[in-house]
Amino acid sequence: MTTLKTKQALPADGQLASASADTATRARHTPLVPSAGSRRVWLTLLGWGIALIIFFPILWMVLTGFKTEAEAIADPSLIFSPTLESYIAVQARADYFKFAMNSVVVAFGSTLLALAIAIPSAYAMAFLPTKRTKGTLLWMLSTKMLPPVGVLVPIYLLFRDFGLLDTRTGLIIVYTLMNLPIVVWMLYTFFKDLPRDILEAGRMDGASTFQEVIYLLLPLTLPGIASTGLLSVILSWNEAFWSLNLTSSSAAPLTAYIASFSSPEGLFWAKLSAASTMAIAPILVFGWLTQKQMVRGLTFGAVK
Amino acid sequence: MSKTRASGRTVGGLRSLSLQAPAVTLLLLWMLVPLGMTVWFSLQRYNLLMPGMEGFAGLENYEYLFTDPALWRAMGNTLLLVGSVLVITVGGGVLLAVLFQQEFPGRGIARVLAISPFFVMPTVSALVWKNMMMHPSNGVLSWVAELFGLPAVDWFSSLPLTSIIIIVAWQWLPFALLILLTAMQSLDDDQVEAARMDGAGPIAVFFYITLPHLKRAISVVIMIEMIFLLTIFAEIYVTTSGGPGLATTNLAFLIYIQALLDFDVGLASAGGVVAIVLANIVAIFLVRLVAKNLEN
Repeated sequence: MTTLKTKQALPADGQLASASADTATRARHTPLVPSAGSRRVWLTLLGWGIALIIFFPILWMVLTGFKTEAEAIADPSLIFSPTLESYIAVQARADYFKFAMNSVVVAFGSTLLALAIAIPSAYAMAFLPTKRTKGTLLWMLSTKMLPPVGVLVPIYLLFRDFGLLDTRTGLIIVYTLMNLPIVVWMLYTFFKDLPRDILEAGRMDGASTFQEVIYLLLPLTLPGIASTGLLSVILSWNEAFWSLNLTSSSAAPLTAYIASFSSPEGLFWAKLSAASTMAIAPILVFGWLTQKQMVRGLTFGAVK
Repeated sequence: MSKTRASGRTVGGLRSLSLQAPAVTLLLLWMLVPLGMTVWFSLQRYNLLMPGMEGFAGLENYEYLFTDPALWRAMGNTLLLVGSVLVITVGGGVLLAVLFQQEFPGRGIARVLAISPFFVMPTVSALVWKNMMMHPSNGVLSWVAELFGLPAVDWFSSLPLTSIIIIVAWQWLPFALLILLTAMQSLDDDQVEAARMDGAGPIAVFFYITLPHLKRAISVVIMIEMIFLLTIFAEIYVTTSGGPGLATTNLAFLIYIQALLDFDVGLASAGGVVAIVLANIVAIFLVRLVAKNLEN
């Protein structure tokens, strides 16, 4: 019954969008709609209902992590006495902090490296375009579309020969290259937004390309660079394919850590949940804190 | 200003190329070296389980691949997966963006909750869905079904591809929402106001003002999702391993099976080449289309 109601209420949001879009930004004067009050109640219920449904699997996972194994597979219940049992068991089995450290080093290392390589390139594309610039950009993006598994064997063999298997350096290299096309694209769009006159004024004053980038471009586009970096960190943190195939023990990040709990013998829900919660908590909080920044990056600056 | 604009496209020259060199060179290497090796392997008889059999195979691997129904099945699954998730996330994303644009108490928190799945690593979301949501006997979904007196569904054996689509859509709907919500915020209030003055109903406003306004954002969503959805791997690896049968095998997973489970480097490489060609077809058609849309 309630679901039916929700479904019918959805199209009505169209009208609400128009009705209160203006009131949302300006002073909160009451719209001249008679049923504004009850509409607000419905809106609240609907908004929160949908948000909770979407969030539910995460919430459930976090809760299950604090249950005992018996409670975890029993009928779903929100009432239980929380225990840290699973967390202790999980930590005893594999040192979380070692994996977390690898994730941090690899995610931030590859992001910094990608930014360092991408900034000059994006600068050139935005301010010194050539006939090939558009084509180069598209080509870069198309490299993102090739399934990693298509080149896994060669990469694996190369890594073996160069001694990069199961090293943080190896993973940083792969993640840098993996994110480079997107990082270049985003920076390009942010840089393009910058009025050219500003950089030209700098050039008139005799700034070299290097000075122009360091003193003008970077400070002015810092929010864009930050959001690009944030996305790169998140993508690297969550990447599973390369980390599973190129690391085994010493450089394994949290994605590999969690996979070790997915083996059939590891299917204890409370422990799995505890491990999962630990694996996603840092990046989830990071994502929450930076979501505003990130949207600009995610949309290549095309959506404001 | 007009001077630079006038010479616009060729202002770069050598300096531009040298600045782009590091990124371009690295990506070229990243693409060409493994790609070259993949193409080379694909022409070889190279199975790690059969040492001593190596040799030039010509197009044998490709012949085998193209006569194997698995390839067509995997291609079909790939397209179905990408297509369905795009429809769900874009459609749902637009509706949710309109909803979360409204003022209501706690809107900020509700938004944050709704976009959270995007930050969850694919392996974790797949595990949670597989074990705690879609588990046939103890999962939350079957518990809810029982509550309504419905039979529990054994998701992964009776609706394997649908299950994968649900999981992937759950991860990417928040992404679409995040982008579209931001786009909504730049909707011109005056325009909406004017339309309403002229007597446009809410549905008309949605179709004639909101939706066109979101066009650009939708393009971005489609383009980015396309890039990531074409190579979906972790969700399938963790939940169904491509099965039952080939029901959830996409192109990426098919190559994985051949390379790492059958140890047939030659055949897997041929599959890799096919996947790369397919990806580039998509890239040419779709990305060009979307990129054009983004330009103005």
